[in-house]
Amino acid sequence: MNKSKTIADMEIGSTAIIIEVSGEHSLKCRLSDMGLIPSTAVTLRKTAPMGDPLELHLRGYNLTLRREDARRITVKTEEL
Amino acid sequence: MTFAIAGNPNCGKTTLFNRLTGASRRTGNFPGVTVECKKGRIRHAPDCQAVDLPGIYSILPYSGEERVAYDYLNNNNPDGIINIVDAANIERNLYLTLQLIELNKPTVLALNMMDEVRVNGGFIDIDLLSQILGIPVIPISAAKNEGIDELVKAMTETAQKRILPKKSDFITESKTECTSEQYAVLAEIRYNFIEYICSKTVTKPRETREHKRSTVIDRLLTNKILALPIFFIIMATVFWLTFDVIGELLSDLLRMGMHTITETIDKTLTIHSINPILHSLIIDGVFKGIGSVLSFLPIIITLFFFLSMLEDSGYMARIAFIMDKPLRQIGLSGRSFVPMLIGFGCTVPAIMATRTLPSERDRVMTILLTPFMSCSAKIPIYAVFAAAFFDDNQALVMFLLYSIGILTGIILGAIFNKTHFRGNAVPFIMELPNYRLPSAKTTFLLMWDKARDFLARAFTIILVATIIIWFLRTLDIHFNIATTADESILAHIGRLIVPIFTPLGFTDWRAATALLTGFTAKEAVISTLAVLTGADLYEQAHALSAVFTDMKSVFTFLTFTLLYTPCIAAIAAIRRELRSVRMTVAVIFGQCAIAWIVAFLIGQPIILTIVIGLLCIWGVIDYFTKRKIPE
Repeated sequence: MNKSKTIADMEIGSTAIIIEVSGEHSLKCRLSDMGLIPSTAVTLRKTAPMGDPLELHLRGYNLTLRREDARRITVKTEEL
Repeated sequence: MTFAIAGNPNCGKTTLFNRLTGASRRTGNFPGVTVECKKGRIRHAPDCQAVDLPGIYSILPYSGEERVAYDYLNNNNPDGIINIVDAANIERNLYLTLQLIELNKPTVLALNMMDEVRVNGGFIDIDLLSQILGIPVIPISAAKNEGIDELVKAMTETAQKRILPKKSDFITESKTECTSEQYAVLAEIRYNFIEYICSKTVTKPRETREHKRSTVIDRLLTNKILALPIFFIIMATVFWLTFDVIGELLSDLLRMGMHTITETIDKTLTIHSINPILHSLIIDGVFKGIGSVLSFLPIIITLFFFLSMLEDSGYMARIAFIMDKPLRQIGLSGRSFVPMLIGFGCTVPAIMATRTLPSERDRVMTILLTPFMSCSAKIPIYAVFAAAFFDDNQALVMFLLYSIGILTGIILGAIFNKTHFRGNAVPFIMELPNYRLPSAKTTFLLMWDKARDFLARAFTIILVATIIIWFLRTLDIHFNIATTADESILAHIGRLIVPIFTPLGFTDWRAATALLTGFTAKEAVISTLAVLTGADLYEQAHALSAVFTDMKSVFTFLTFTLLYTPCIAAIAAIRRELRSVRMTVAVIFGQCAIAWIVAFLIGQPIILTIVIGLLCIWGVIDYFTKRKIPE
């Protein structure tokens, strides 16, 4: 399994668990506030018509995020 | 006593606020803030008022609008906090709750949309939740007006006895000044605690009906292929309804009403043989001036009605989602698209709509670019000129003009993005809320707000401006009554500024004067030209050829009209939103300068080609250098 997989690499419809959130200060704080913290399950629901931004589902709500910011969030796919 | 209503966006804050305050609300602007905090007296609770804060996800201010809420909670020291929580989305909502509890002020939790949870088979143990959090929890339904009295009672009691939250010892004293690592750890602690609370108190409903419905609607509205066509159809329908059907009808009615009032007063003044100068001031200055502006009121209200429907239903967030990628090319985010779109209708509501943008940088940039989207008041100008000079290609000319406006906006946006507004773009992190049927009460209160805003402006700044123009048109330089328009102060000013326009190819003072009066309203350009040429331009468009002798002057005049400073109402809106007179003056001069430059280039095809070539080369170089920068 690829170790450095991020939300941007996920397949549409798949679910993964967040390992780590990086990025500059305000981005990281914001992502933390929105509930994107380690061991949270995230589902990639779809992408916008031009492939960016992404639509995620986590903690019971939908969130949109740009691909470049999604690259800051590493995930692991759930064990089968 | 003052209670602040704090909560996440889209959890029913405004609905609760309207329930609490009813019709007795007063809207107050706090000076120096991005978005308004609304204040209102609470019904059935003497000496209590509620403050509606902008929706926030966290205490840490992130956007300008969130800073308003943050500053309010910290500086204004409300007697109590009503924390409204969407029960259907309790996990993320409780995050703010924990932070609010850390502020250590009397706090009551209003658990909204409990009905929705119950219907879907969910359950929340209110007593246990209250016990764990250490604050009173009141289940309410803001939309159905349930539990509001209990909420007010609990809040006043908590505030009167100054009952502070029974601080749970797990919560660390949080500071807003900490490293992102520490912050992330704090967030993790809070979310872990929330998971614990939820496991104890919440029986999760099966996937809610609302969420299921949203997923189905989204399958269509944000579909990879259909999203854009559907979006264009929806917007076209909104514009068509606003400008052609409803707004037009109401505008005509209002215009008829104004006309009747004007006539009546006109007659009364004549009967009582009032001094003709005063007579002219009242009728030509005040009534015609205000009347022409007031006739826009229905269009603006109708437009805002649709906009608030789009916003409250949740579609606006989807528009931002769809349009983010294309707009990022010029450094804007998807949210900026909406105001620009409204700009094609009317610049005034468009500028006002920028208030919804979370980032101050995007907001200012959008305010600067929106006026280049040609507004509907300019259509009569294009129409008259097209009829006079472009017999066979009228539609093509219109299309070209709109394109020039959009292109100028895009190029300027790209330049801003590389220069003054570089860098500090806020990441695009936005919730896509479930689709909801907008509440009629909220929508109508919003329309009433906008109408009042607009009326206040019409009777202050616009009134003064039209009176000044009337004086300039009526008096000659010796301050006697001018016998012909040729001798008025306005004509003299017109002649003074003619040299500015000589390089553009139009040397007639009447054209310059028309542009000058165009500052009050773009309709004035045509009406001034009509008065000064003495012809009804809708009927005898060819009369214009006396003023514009060659095609170059026609092109440059139209381009200048398209791009230069919008009407005084728009300037007032820009000043209000930028909150700076100096910046507004800079914007006015900037727009005139840009209009002049572009019009000049249009008149000089060779230089125009060179400039476009250079811009293309710059774009290509920029594109490739950007790609070389590693991740």
